[in-house]
Parts: sequence; structure tokens; C-alpha cells
Amino acid sequence: MGRAVGIIGTGQTKHGRRDDVSYPDLVREAVNAAFEDAGITPEDIDGVVFGSMPSMMEGMAYNHFYFADAMRAVGKPILRAETCGSTGQSIAHTGVHWVSSGMADIVLVVGSEKQHEGDAQATMMTILEPFLQLSAGGAPVAFSMQSREWMGYYHIAEEKAREAAAIISVDCHNAGANNPLAHIRKRFTKEEVMNAPIITYPVRLLDVCPSSDGACAVIFASEEKAKKICETPAWVKGMGFRGEEYFIGDSSKAVWQSAIEASREAYKQAGITNPRKELDVAEIYNPFSYQELMFLECLGLCPLGKAADYVIDGVFSPGGELSCDPSGGVLCTNPIGATGLIRLAEAAMQVTGKAGSRQIEGAKLALSHAMGGAEQFNGVTIVGSEL
Amino acid sequence: MAEEKERPRTIEAVGTAPFEMALGPTWTRFFEGIKEEKIFGTRCKKCGRVLVPARPFCPRCFEPMEEWVEVAQEGTIVTWSYIDYTYFGLEDDMIPVVPATIKLDGTDTSWWGVIGGFDIKDFDLVAKKVKVGGRVKAVWRKEKRGCVQDIEYWKVIE
Repeated sequence: MGRAVGIIGTGQTKHGRRDDVSYPDLVREAVNAAFEDAGITPEDIDGVVFGSMPSMMEGMAYNHFYFADAMRAVGKPILRAETCGSTGQSIAHTGVHWVSSGMADIVLVVGSEKQHEGDAQATMMTILEPFLQLSAGGAPVAFSMQSREWMGYYHIAEEKAREAAAIISVDCHNAGANNPLAHIRKRFTKEEVMNAPIITYPVRLLDVCPSSDGACAVIFASEEKAKKICETPAWVKGMGFRGEEYFIGDSSKAVWQSAIEASREAYKQAGITNPRKELDVAEIYNPFSYQELMFLECLGLCPLGKAADYVIDGVFSPGGELSCDPSGGVLCTNPIGATGLIRLAEAAMQVTGKAGSRQIEGAKLALSHAMGGAEQFNGVTIVGSEL
Repeated sequence: MAEEKERPRTIEAVGTAPFEMALGPTWTRFFEGIKEEKIFGTRCKKCGRVLVPARPFCPRCFEPMEEWVEVAQEGTIVTWSYIDYTYFGLEDDMIPVVPATIKLDGTDTSWWGVIGGFDIKDFDLVAKKVKVGGRVKAVWRKEKRGCVQDIEYWKVIE
């Protein structure tokens, strides 16, 4: 590990359908919010990191050229990193490495998406080569098949998995209704979720995230700068990122090694041995409710194969042992390039007491996570109130 | 109406970009095999795994995979789904679809395919016939184009 790094400011846009503003306007909305939160000006920034989904989503090959000005990148170094869904964690790690190495003191990291400007589904279908692996139906199919693989591998009864997934959906939608920035702010009953139409078996309509426009900005600073500028930085305690093979069938997606190894690395750095007991909040990347069940296991928050039982017992619901996704999670908001960074921004807000209506009382240690690629990547960042 | 007029406007456009992907020697040979109703994998001399489609090198050992193996056309379902909505590339008359990953006998990976050969419009029937761990075999198209779609579908072995 290099130098200690703290988060001194975060900013998000209102997420949803944002054709009321241009893309640069949207990015600037998040960037300005982060500057305001940190109490610094653009002149204080040494470098800028950006990431999104393939920017063809918005009809151009390099969207960060188009809104470099909105990130106030004039006269500064700028980097782009992207790993599909896990982009938000990739760009956060890039920013941390930059500060940790001593090459920069303060770095602005921005993730964004404007899914309504382009054909998101068409763009998604260009992510893989289409000749060696059939990939009809895009992301929902890939991740639904992963869920079914997990159910089959552990012999989890269909009704039990369906109920547990519905509980996650209900909890997330309740939390989203409580988050003024969330895209979907509507509550549903467990019965409504369980009886929603099948989209890609076993996943039903209310198990699926929305397509959102939105941006998120996070400002990272060295220990010295963070202590000088900020009364309550969120300290980066641990990070892990792991990749897998391109061919989906080459490794088990039910026992997802990249998620297991990424979280183990982050826990090791953070000195965490019992994550469910030690963490106060987990912001898990859950575009599909069934996937959160797998993540609860692979991130070490419950034993492998037991997530459905733990969820049905209320362990991860409000008032349970570990609060998961008090922001409403990806199920309520998914501007993909920003989504993994929103998980980190929300975690940082929680451990610094800035989470407003969604604050978990006394939260000191929080996990953020994102997955991406064609079931290929997982990234984890843990933040805490103490250095 | 006044409000609608004041809303900032958008501009519509369409962009297309054709491409030509080189298959290289390994995948060229793999698709030649497909034309002859043969499925080829390659074996890694270091870890011994057989991967399908055939690979030029082992993603874990990073060694060349030069030993060609014709693998079975029967295998076990690792996972499946039921697509009942129109995603990009799927027209109304193409759904529902039953995608699956299949571990072919004697291989160490699973490969994407589509299950068919019976009335898949009936979800209950699909759920009854298609199981994780169930057995399937390849059904070939008469006309071959040297692509994965030459396998028309995977038939459930009762």
C-alpha cells in the first residue's frame, strides 16, 4: 500500500430520465455538487479520471472529450477507465492509485451514463464478439442464467429463491422511495414482486433495475490534504479487483471467484475478519435482485449457498444485522458508468454521517461493490470513519 | 402545450459501422469442423483441460493449446433461462427463446446454445423438460454456413 487516501467530497445528480439537460450539463451537476461538498475549487484538482459504458450509448466514440470541460479538466491530466458494470469501482481505484502513489494530491473521479440518449440495448449487444458465444437477450439473460446456475448448483428450491429475491426487491424499493436522488421511487409488496411477469426466467419484472441517466463525482485526497481540507474524510481502508476468463463457461458463476477474491483482498487490507459483524453498511451492486443473493455469499457476508435463508430471516433487511443498499441500490437507479461509483459515494456518505434521510445511525465502516464485463469482473472498496 | 415548447429539444440521428472480424487459424479450423457437424475443442498440455470452442491458448496457463479433440455432441445443462421479451436483435416472432449453457461430455467448460424441438411457448412445459443437470444433444441444420447457428438447437434427451 502507498499513502493513505481519503474521500473529501461526493456529488450526484438527480437520476432518471434527464433529457432536460445536455450531457455536459449533467456531468457538471455532479461535479459541482462534489466541489461544494468538499469545499474546494477546480484549481485544487491535480487530475481527472472518467468512466462510462461504451460511449456509443450516446452516439459518439469518446464521450469524455465532449464533456472534458464539464469536469474542469482544462490544463490537467485526464484518464479514462472502463470495465462495463464495474466501471465505477475501476475509476475509483484508478483515482486512489494516483493519489496513493504520490503522483497527485487531489483527484476528481467521475462516472456517468445517459442511457436515454442512445439505444442502450443495441450498444450492449456490441460488447462481446457475436460469433463464438451466442448472447441473445443481452445482460438480463446473462445474469438470469447466472442466477439459475447458482440455484441449481446449491439445489435451492425455486420458491425459496423467488421469495428471497422478492424481499430484496421490496427492501430496495422502500429504500429508493426514501432517497430523493433515486430514479425509481415506488414501493411494492412482496406479492407484487413474486407475481410480476417473467422477463428472463427466473427473473421477473420487479427484480430488474431501470435504465437511468445520471452522474456521480468523488474527490480523493492524500492524508495530509484530506486532514487539512475536510473535517470528516471517509478513509479508503481496502480495495480489491479481480477478473475472469472471457468465455463465460470457463469458470463457475455460481461460486463466483472474482467476487470472492476481490472482497477477500479488500477485507485483508482493511483488517476485517468477520465482515457481517464488522461492517455497518454494504452497498452491493444489484441490477437483478437474484444477483444480490449470490453477492451476499461471495462477498463473505453469509455462508455459501445460504443467502436465501439469511435474507428470509431478515438478516440484511432494515433493522437486521447488516444494512444492505440503504440508497435503494442499483434496483432503483442504474446510470451504469456511475453506478459502481454511486455505491462508493453512498458508503462514504454513510461513514461520514452525510447520508441524510438514508443515514444508518452510527455507521463507521462500509463496503461498496460493483460487478462487470460478461460476468467477468468484480471490484470492492471499503471505507471507514477512522484512518 | 406552452410547457412542451419550452422543454429543451433533442436531435435524432442513426450511426452504423460494418466490421470484419478475423477468426485466425484456430477459429477458422473450428468453424470448418462445424460445417462437417463436428465440434472441436483443444487440450492444454499443462492443465489438461479441454475447452470449447477450440482455443489458440489456455487462458489460465497461457500455454498454446495445440492438441485438437473432437468432443461429444451430448452434454449436461449447467444453466438455462426463458426469454419472453424483445431485446435488441430479437423480433416478436423470435421469442420466447430458451438459452442454456451446456457442458459437453469430456470438456472442462460450458458453451452457450438454444434448447428447442418442442413447444417452447408453453413455459410450464419448458420448466418440466429443461433442468439443470438435464441431458441434451445437438441438432444440426441441413444448410451449413460455418457458424455456431449451424447447430439449430439442443434437443432434450428424455
